[in-house]
Amino acid sequence: MDLARHESLQSALAEAFETFAERVCLIEADRDRERARLTYAEVAEASAALAGWLAARGTRRAAILMTNQSKWHIAACALFRIGGQLVPLDPKLPAAEQAELLRHSEADTLFIEHHLWRALAFGGQAIVSEAPPSTDLRGAARYEECRAAAPPLVPRRRSDVACIVYSSGTGGRPKGCQLTHDNYLEQCAALLRLYRFDPGDRYLSILPTNHAIDFMVGFLGPYTCGATVIHLRTLRPEFVREAFTRYQIAYMALVPLVLTNLERGLRGRIAALPGWKRRLVALVGRLRSPRAARLLLREIQRGFGGRLKALFVGGAFSEPSSLRFFRDLGIEVANGYGLTEAGTVVTLNDGGHFREDSVGRPLAGTEVRIADPGPDGIGEVQVSGRTVMAGYLKDPDLTAETIVGGWLRTGDQGRLEASGHLRLFGRRKNMIVTAGGKNVYPEDIENAFDGMEVAEFCVFAAHRLWPGRDERLLLVVRPNRRVPFEEELWRRNRTLPDYKRVAGHVVWERDFPRTASMKIKRDELAAAVAAAGSDRVVTP
Amino acid sequence: MRTLGQTLSELLDLAAAKFEVPRAGLGGADDIFEKLGIDSLQALDLLTRLESHFRVELPDYELQGVSNFQALAERIHARL
Repeated sequence: MDLARHESLQSALAEAFETFAERVCLIEADRDRERARLTYAEVAEASAALAGWLAARGTRRAAILMTNQSKWHIAACALFRIGGQLVPLDPKLPAAEQAELLRHSEADTLFIEHHLWRALAFGGQAIVSEAPPSTDLRGAARYEECRAAAPPLVPRRRSDVACIVYSSGTGGRPKGCQLTHDNYLEQCAALLRLYRFDPGDRYLSILPTNHAIDFMVGFLGPYTCGATVIHLRTLRPEFVREAFTRYQIAYMALVPLVLTNLERGLRGRIAALPGWKRRLVALVGRLRSPRAARLLLREIQRGFGGRLKALFVGGAFSEPSSLRFFRDLGIEVANGYGLTEAGTVVTLNDGGHFREDSVGRPLAGTEVRIADPGPDGIGEVQVSGRTVMAGYLKDPDLTAETIVGGWLRTGDQGRLEASGHLRLFGRRKNMIVTAGGKNVYPEDIENAFDGMEVAEFCVFAAHRLWPGRDERLLLVVRPNRRVPFEEELWRRNRTLPDYKRVAGHVVWERDFPRTASMKIKRDELAAAVAAAGSDRVVTP
Repeated sequence: MRTLGQTLSELLDLAAAKFEVPRAGLGGADDIFEKLGIDSLQALDLLTRLESHFRVELPDYELQGVSNFQALAERIHARL
């Protein structure tokens, strides 16, 4: 399919439904069972019937609050068909925040799973899925009953807003990024140039589809190529592993936490291999050749189903050591950098030009520049191109501050290497200027502690936690049960230049608060640690 | 039929055994993650163990918003 010929997502989807009619579009799997299989023709039929029901009620803007499943896609297709706008919301947010975003978005309709519906009040038309038969839905409609004659397809122009996506930024006012049909079609075309789906390729979806990456590589991308999307209704590692082999997955998108978990499992299995095989794995790793690894380490490839083309990882910083580990085994991990305001992906570390210390190179059609670089070449990352959003919903002031002269100010600090790769150092607002005038980024320092035997950790400046304190750095750490970490922490600390060393640590026993894309909510964590008191700081 | 109290007690037995923490130190009001020292993926593993013991299905989302053992026991009990 040639996306350049299309004006809108609905016209691209319509062509996909016709071209790939008999192919399998969606598979729904739960644990080790397959629940349903739908062809493109069946998805077209289901979404057209739902569209008829929506059109009769005058739906213009609908939100979806569902975990990853086929009804998410069908609802989105139905809405686009009637020319409506989509508001994808995060099912993991607390109900009060979901309600606030719903109000802000002014969505008139809401698709929602029953277990989420129980906790939420919504004044518009709610459509509830998976509700037990005898439940009183308080005036909401039952998803399964929302069917009517198919309405005509309502066309939209490239410049029209297709989705309002709330950026997972933490705290503060709601930021509803208005993404146009042009943003999505351009992004999709650029990504498919690097990672093609062939008809019959299978994508394993474990992220909810409100996540921008899943929306792109687990919905628009595969649909426009006639590929198959498998929704796995559980994140449990044993079923994820099993799904890989059962469905011979070509692509999967995941967050760094799940990648780390896969790595842990794989390292365990390698350690259990007989000696000569372990030595072979180590030797192949040193060759630094993914092709040789694919040839020599068949067994490991088979553990991933044998058809894997790439794992996409985004949403947060990935550890270079993890990226290298998978690559040495012949498993391509494409890490990227993106933000909702720029229509998902800005740079991608694709296999052909991989550099583990970077987030890759800008996608075709996307320009990246570094504004006001310091002597070290580091400055604010700014983005321009056709994937940059049309602005924030109902917030012209914030839009004007964020997009200046056609350049999106990301607030991230980075450097463009001569090879065109972007290296990120951290958020501008997290930057610390030391007494010696050096700029230090907590995220950059965290790299030095990557792979340490602890559950999770995060670096803060002391004055960020307790105003009035100095700018010395502190490591907040949640230990692994019973694994001592202090010796290793101070050993690694000593390898850093003195202005980058941490001065102490705080042991924190609770899960770090994280966004849907698993980024640590630094503000929230800082506030909690600060409230617990500065007497918890341990110094060497 | 089990009572809610029995469900909670069996849940605590299983959690203590799986993550090797002293059973005597666990109570209904305790925070699951903090007390067991586990992350969200490990908690999902616990669900699988609970499913086979109680012979019910516990979708991943049942863990959402649950912080202490009592709340989890209630969700399991509602499905028995």
